[in-house]
Amino acid sequence: MTRTAMGWFTGSLVNAHPLTESARSITFAVPGWTGNAAGQHVDVRLTAPDGYQAVRSYSIASVGAGEEIELAIDRLPDGEVSPFLVDDLELGDRVELRGPLGGWFVWRPDQCKPVQLVAGGSGVVPLLAMMRAHTDSGSLAPMRLLYSIRTPDDAFFRDELLRHSSTSPTTWHYSRAVPPGWSRAAGRLTAEDLRVETLPPEQVPLIYICGPTGFVEAVSSGLVELGHSAENIRTERFGGN
Amino acid sequence: MAVFGGQRHRYDNPSLPPGQFLTDSFPVLSAGPTPSIAADDWEFTIRTETGKTRRWNWAQFMALPSEDITVDIHCVTSWSKLGTGWRGVSLDTLFDGVETGFEFVMAHSYGGYTTNLPLEEVLAGRAWIAHEYDGKKLAPEHGGPARLLIPHLYFWKSAKWVRGLVMQDKNAPGFWERNGYNLHGDPWREERYA
Repeated sequence: MTRTAMGWFTGSLVNAHPLTESARSITFAVPGWTGNAAGQHVDVRLTAPDGYQAVRSYSIASVGAGEEIELAIDRLPDGEVSPFLVDDLELGDRVELRGPLGGWFVWRPDQCKPVQLVAGGSGVVPLLAMMRAHTDSGSLAPMRLLYSIRTPDDAFFRDELLRHSSTSPTTWHYSRAVPPGWSRAAGRLTAEDLRVETLPPEQVPLIYICGPTGFVEAVSSGLVELGHSAENIRTERFGGN
Repeated sequence: MAVFGGQRHRYDNPSLPPGQFLTDSFPVLSAGPTPSIAADDWEFTIRTETGKTRRWNWAQFMALPSEDITVDIHCVTSWSKLGTGWRGVSLDTLFDGVETGFEFVMAHSYGGYTTNLPLEEVLAGRAWIAHEYDGKKLAPEHGGPARLLIPHLYFWKSAKWVRGLVMQDKNAPGFWERNGYNLHGDPWREERYA
């Protein structure tokens, strides 16, 4: 059976809540969905009344078996699909979904190597799925997240990330504005930040980086320079340049 | 109920394969870090079933005839970019004099990436090793110093940082083809996933 032949699922919106001023969590009930691994993505297809269609790929925030999937969508200013999903879609509305897709940027609970996650902005979504899978499975593999956001208001899932802190702690980094009382100034992640805030090369962690292209380029090359093997670094980039 | 409108200026363009949308930017998709390869260290090889290997270093490669190529490119993640301008060496030039009975090719890249291709689809003016994009040296994040350019297939087939082609007897899958993507990848037939 091929995926193209398999076609599309229909999902209806069963839960939605804002994550930030520009982002929203949306959960669909998808009859027939057989679950997904942490880090996989899904194609979302919208159809206008005259038959016009638009398709975009989004990382899945939820993991495991079950017929519900959660996405976390950031509104792109000039976007065609994301503004509709963030601002317009109402409970009960239907979209079409194809997936789960992708077999590389994936963490599975039977992996026992230490894991370093690095997220820029909305790039946290597939990494949150990995933390959820890590917690749900009771995995003993060390896992931690370095999460870079512009300002404190831009954090996705802050409360949940804090709840994971005993099993997969998050280190927060702010590039434009810091919270009150934060011990350091806002700024881009430096080589020194990466050295201090991520698992060292001696532990040979598997590293997952997701974020805007420039962020992923900078972090992945910085980690290679620190001594990590490129083979242990998996990346997912979004946005053009 | 919310009614989807959509941005109609992106609609009904006969250059767009099914399920694709237009973008003006040039998204980067790579499975790992961008390898840094100096042109001086770059080498390109074609190896056949006899073990015979043809080899070009950067200077030898750049001494081959290059051509300007203007093509549409289509990524499996649904973006398409029309009328992109490249400069590169046709694979017909590189395969000139190569003797093989095998019908398939595995492309290998610096960094370990691989992708499989039918030989006949990379000949007859349909594929190049590109070294310039938009009038400039090809940037590392887009595959520089040189990448495959096979515009009639989804763009994951246009392997970045390419370092060689190895003839293969069977159409054994490459990296993404082992990770859920289609063995062939024709955008007009929407051959996206396995």
